[in-house]
Amino acid sequence: MAIEARIPTILRNYTDGAKSVEGSGQTLGELFVDLDRRHEGLRARLVGEDGSLQRFVNVYLNDEDVRFLGGAETPLSDGDVITILPAVAGG
Amino acid sequence: MVRYDSLLASLGHTPMIGLPNLSPSADVRLWAKLEDRNPTGSIKDRPAIAMVARAEAAGELTPGCTVLEPTSGNTGISLAMVCKLKGYKLICVMPENTSIERRQLLEMYGAQIRTSPAAGGSNEAVAVAKRLAAENPDWVMLYQYGNPANAQSHYDTTGPEILADLPTVTHFVGGLGTTGTLMGVGRFLRDNVPGVKIIAAEPRYGELVYGLRNIDEGFIPELYDASVLDSRFSVGPAEAVRRTRQLVDDEGIFAGISTGAILHAAMAQADKAVKAGERADIAFVVCDAGWKYLSTGAYAGTLDEASAKLEGQLWA
Repeated sequence: MAIEARIPTILRNYTDGAKSVEGSGQTLGELFVDLDRRHEGLRARLVGEDGSLQRFVNVYLNDEDVRFLGGAETPLSDGDVITILPAVAGG
Repeated sequence: MVRYDSLLASLGHTPMIGLPNLSPSADVRLWAKLEDRNPTGSIKDRPAIAMVARAEAAGELTPGCTVLEPTSGNTGISLAMVCKLKGYKLICVMPENTSIERRQLLEMYGAQIRTSPAAGGSNEAVAVAKRLAAENPDWVMLYQYGNPANAQSHYDTTGPEILADLPTVTHFVGGLGTTGTLMGVGRFLRDNVPGVKIIAAEPRYGELVYGLRNIDEGFIPELYDASVLDSRFSVGPAEAVRRTRQLVDDEGIFAGISTGAILHAAMAQADKAVKAGERADIAFVVCDAGWKYLSTGAYAGTLDEASAKLEGQLWA
């Protein structure tokens, strides 16, 4: 089950500069565990010890904020696109 | 009654316009609230006027004071007009990657602009403004990201106007920047319309704007309360430009680019309602008109060319 994860500039030191990497998992939390196998250290920047998202990290599943979907428990399907972005100001 | 004693008194009471061509059916309808019909042409007139009034009432703003604000444009333009009329000096901290029209309008109203670096977007503007405020304790920073009068202005005016014009409202879709519109309108509608859905559309900029040195430098406005929202969507420049043009083509409404992002999220809610066989009256905000963004190239050429030109710019 392939899921594309888009990585922000600030975290590409974990992906050898790659803008996007592939991984698998039934849930977002599982995807992060899978990504961390090949990109060690990435997961710790995204979630805390309890598995919940870090405060200044926003993750979108097909453009929808996962905090409103189920957080780390959000179910994933083949072909989904995950976008990771740091929280920035608008206005 | 459309006569007012002054420009400031004409704030709000903006039209709610049906979109017969973009609405999927008679049961699922889209409604645009034209916030460009405000004194300086944007929704930000509401929080700007409210924040100044609150600071005056609290005795923080007195004649001759200098007002300071981090802004990517519209709030600064609104404040510049209010400060001009009331005799305050205004200093705006604005990221360098904002459209030339916004700068020209600020200068026309007599505001002083301090430029913050493009990398980091509005985060940097906020950081620079906070530093300036600490160095100049006599300046008054209204701080739209954390000033309760921002959200309250929408609770007191935008929200009630929407409900009065559209008592059957089922969804409200707004843009997420300071979060003031969504927090204020969202709370008002939740207090008055059982089951209403509050949807946020957040602009997704080019990589430069997310160019923080460290993820811990991220920024969440103090006003933000996630419990007011039902869902939040990230909308990139390609979809925003496409919907902005669709709004002109199908309904004749010439809106700014952030409105295209909001319309994109609103149309997704409309599709969802159609598929579920549910009735929906979806109100969304037209934040401003397109005039200030003509120089960005968003309205000319192919969609690909237009969205490529927005890369690296703060288009919302």
